[in-house]
Amino acid sequence: MSTPVEPCAPAPLVRAEGLVKTHYGEGAPAHAVRGVDLAVRPGEFVAVTGPSGAGKSTMLHLLGGLQRPDSGSVWLDGERTDSWSEARWAVERRRRIGIVFQFFNLVSNLSVADNVELPALLAGMSPKQARAEREGLLAELGLDGKARSMPGELSGGEQQRVALARALVNHPGLLLADEPAGSLDSKGTREVMRLLSRFHQRGQTIVLVTHDARLASAADRVISFFDGRIADDAELDGAPPSGAGTSGVLELKG
Amino acid sequence: MRLPLLALLARGPAHGYELKQDLEQLLGAAYPQPNVGQIYVTLGRLEKSGLIEGEEVEQSSRPNKKIYHLTDAGREALHAWYEETADEPRVRDEFFMKLALAPQTGLADRISLINKQRRRYLNTMRSLSKLAAAENRDNRIAQLLIEGAMLHLQADLDWLERCQEELEEPE
Repeated sequence: MSTPVEPCAPAPLVRAEGLVKTHYGEGAPAHAVRGVDLAVRPGEFVAVTGPSGAGKSTMLHLLGGLQRPDSGSVWLDGERTDSWSEARWAVERRRRIGIVFQFFNLVSNLSVADNVELPALLAGMSPKQARAEREGLLAELGLDGKARSMPGELSGGEQQRVALARALVNHPGLLLADEPAGSLDSKGTREVMRLLSRFHQRGQTIVLVTHDARLASAADRVISFFDGRIADDAELDGAPPSGAGTSGVLELKG
Repeated sequence: MRLPLLALLARGPAHGYELKQDLEQLLGAAYPQPNVGQIYVTLGRLEKSGLIEGEEVEQSSRPNKKIYHLTDAGREALHAWYEETADEPRVRDEFFMKLALAPQTGLADRISLINKQRRRYLNTMRSLSKLAAAENRDNRIAQLLIEGAMLHLQADLDWLERCQEELEEPE
């Protein structure tokens, strides 16, 4: 099932065509992604949901170049990525693509400040500018005063916010989030949801993979992934359906 | 609405409009705006069954208002309410019936039914998220109410996923 793109719609920021990826390990080969077409327009917030093992994380990894497809192609800003080397992908993951993972993947022996500044410095930002960016982001994410902490001293929710700061420090056009609340409690989940919504409102394009429908409902488009394929692709308008809807949340007896 | 009104009156006497405001304040926007007429009707019934008593209070420039208080029978009914445990939520059987019977009718495809239902749940989830964001963060009762609704929906969505896994045609 492909995404209908209206003639006047802006060009997709990321586009995939015919993506296929099979994992070969012990036992039978796992057909993680079995022919996926997808286009994400600038400013969209797309959630990909589905049961575990449906291939949704693999798909996200293909979009971010963390894995390569067996067949099919990915376009970033209209540029075909088939020929990109690992090194090229690594550069693009600093500049144009920010990624957050379920287990944060912070560098454990670097301070919070260094974790956030490192990708900025690697991308060629001046130390002064990197510091300014880091300070701004940490303040925004409610992590004032944590700059000198080590990741291990922070709660899961705080570590995920640091990871978000790190992913956004170079102002990437595309933010990929792979189960960002997967190891957080419900308070941490709400926090991640609030922050993603806030960045989205400012124009950040986001592709979020999650099995948590609460988190997915922050997006304005939800793709249901089943068995390596897109089973449904729906825009959410958030209008309560006629009849019950939200006012039926609570029904008093008697 | 009978028992919640009795519960509000356990604190002390109040008139109908006060009770409406108390409910709204406690439960926030997730609560279906109580219709004041409905509250008066319920209070009338409670009075008739002897659970509350009303007393007319004269007001200088307006019509009289009626202040209600709990009777002993009302207090007992409230006790009994708190003694009971509430029914557990049930599976949405209307959707389930449609799903179960779809192949026999030949009128609907089960996967499309699941997709359609999921879109609806997701849209409701989205309005609940918006409601939660708009609601005063310090109103814990209202926030918990919305969170409860979201968790129920999450369970419904998980169940749809299970239906889809089980019913999708293997190739």
